[in-house]
Amino acid sequence: MSLSYDLSSEHEMLRKSIRDFAEKEIKPVRQKLDEKEEFSYDLAKKMSELGLFGITMSPEYGGQGLDTLSYIIAVEELARVDGCQAATVAAENGLGIGPIYNFGTEEQKRKYLPSLCTGEKLWGFGLTEPNAGSDAGNSETNASLKNGQWTINGSKIFITNAASKITGGVTVQCVTGNKGDSGKEISCIIVEAGTPGFTAKEMHHKMTWRSSNTAELYFDNVQVPEANLLGPRGNGYRQMLATLDGGRLAIAAMGLGGAQGAYEAALQYSHERKTFGQALNKHQVIAFKLADMAMEIDLARTYLYKACWLKDQGRPFKKKRRLRNSIALK
Amino acid sequence: MKIAVLLKQVPDTETKIRVKGDASGIESDGIKYIISPYDEFAIEEAIKTKEKSAPSEVIAVSLGPVRVVDAIRTALAMGADKGIHIDDCGLAMDSFVTAKVLANALKNENFDLIFTGKQAIDDDASQVSQMVAEFLNVPQLMLAEKFELGADKKSATIERSVGGGTKEVYTVEFPAVIGAEKGLNTPRYASLPGIMKAKTKPVTTLKASDLVGETKPKTTNVNFRLPPERAAGKVLQGEPEQLAQQLVKLLREEAKVI
Ligand SMILES: Cc1cc2nc3c(=O)[nH]c(=O)nc-3n(C[C@H](O)[C@H](O)[C@H](O)COP(=O)(O)OP(=O)(O)OC[C@H]3O[C@@H](n4cnc5c(N)ncnc54)[C@H](O)[C@@H]3O)c2cc1C
Repeated sequence: MSLSYDLSSEHEMLRKSIRDFAEKEIKPVRQKLDEKEEFSYDLAKKMSELGLFGITMSPEYGGQGLDTLSYIIAVEELARVDGCQAATVAAENGLGIGPIYNFGTEEQKRKYLPSLCTGEKLWGFGLTEPNAGSDAGNSETNASLKNGQWTINGSKIFITNAASKITGGVTVQCVTGNKGDSGKEISCIIVEAGTPGFTAKEMHHKMTWRSSNTAELYFDNVQVPEANLLGPRGNGYRQMLATLDGGRLAIAAMGLGGAQGAYEAALQYSHERKTFGQALNKHQVIAFKLADMAMEIDLARTYLYKACWLKDQGRPFKKKRRLRNSIALK
Repeated sequence: MKIAVLLKQVPDTETKIRVKGDASGIESDGIKYIISPYDEFAIEEAIKTKEKSAPSEVIAVSLGPVRVVDAIRTALAMGADKGIHIDDCGLAMDSFVTAKVLANALKNENFDLIFTGKQAIDDDASQVSQMVAEFLNVPQLMLAEKFELGADKKSATIERSVGGGTKEVYTVEFPAVIGAEKGLNTPRYASLPGIMKAKTKPVTTLKASDLVGETKPKTTNVNFRLPPERAAGKVLQGEPEQLAQQLVKLLREEAKVI
């Protein structure tokens, strides 16, 4: 009989490699990038060389073929040092590459995935609108099919990785019809960068994730071929929910990595700073707080890794994910 | 070309070292191990050289208990092709025995190049590479800050510092042992696909007991001691002129350095 909480040596090696990378390459520039609200093409390139795009996707399409836990450890280690780079990687894997990989036709996968998995290009997933966020089904952006062409009109907001110089395009959630009583028919459509009528504008003055690339998208009679439909017509809402389910693991990893980084900073400061004649961590109230932090982080990590394990086993992981999100994001 | 890299696994510099109760060594539990940083430069240079001289292969060699296979796997993830783990079989070893065992393992492999670190950061002995070269009867150049492969791929030009900004430049014919100094290169990170590939690369295990022959250690560690705790610093106060006077006085009378 055996139960092991040890990570495999590959997972340990991966963590060490990404931690070294984050410490040496990201840490020295993170503050400046944040202050200047600058997306770093240099870091994006270095992260792509590390293989941080297409982490769980099959090598057949240029992916790295790793498991969910590897992906989550990677995001966690990036977030420990910089949430923005973690956001770039998590959004790209989960929202940019994920939907094409999971729902795209063979042709779409062969066309788009290789250059996304090398990180040569980035891709956005356009769901949110000024009047559709938590209630994503409220989308107003619409697409109509005529003579083998979709015509798209509307706008999206807060779309990650969608306005960079290397953005190859976006997957857009559109209303493609009316299903009578059951409401709107929602579908996802691929729009390549540079398509006439499509503009992506970089958003500024964010309070966090400031060096991650966030865009407003405008669609003014944008025409794309019928074949740009992602998966079956009318499946857009389901695709989006499935995408966000997986994405939540990465969001939890960001919460966890951020908490770990904050804890380490607090711990270090508590050793350095002296008040009333002794180091902060020698004051019992502070020591207890640090112990609580360490415990909650460990709890969140254990839950998150278990959810990854369940997902990799093909078992339901949503309950774990929700419990864990509420711990990690606290 | 056939290139070897000699790797040593050492305690992470952030590990808190504890001496065993009987002072015979350091406590090994709780220690996190890393590849000695100079050996990382050696791995990187070996891989770079391989990339410039295809078809070539890089073989990562490490002597130690089973845990050192992790160091070999990291080298494989960075781009080395094969590994050789020499199990230390619990034998008593000093630099001399270590070098003998390594040299005996390398002897029949006909390596063109052997990269090592200039020293390992645990005992800082800086002896093994030189002795390996001696036992193999090949030239060695330590402290390499620059390595340039010759056009014939049978020689290289090596640069190293000799203090005061002066550089020495050597050419060396292969086979040779090269000891990496900081600044030789920037080691690459093990990439995700590299880590996946490393799983399938072969690691051969040899036994030190089969390689050591009659060799016995020439030195023995008799005692381990931690360095004395550093005393708290002194903060001087006053006007600059007084400060300078106080400082000179302390340097002369207390620290006795001037
Ligand atoms: C930096 C950044 C990057 C993003 N990247 C992307 C992306 O790549 N693609 C994309 O599609 N979207 C993206 N988003 C958008 C994100 O998904 C939305 O912000 C999110 O879905 C919330 O929607 P909202 O902003 O409209 O908030 P709202 O829906 O307006 O919610 C605001 C608040 O209202 C309250 N509320 C809402 N509904 C209820 C309810 N039913 N009951 C009680 N209270 C409620 C809650 O307190 C909630 O927090 C990004 C956002 C940010 C900030």
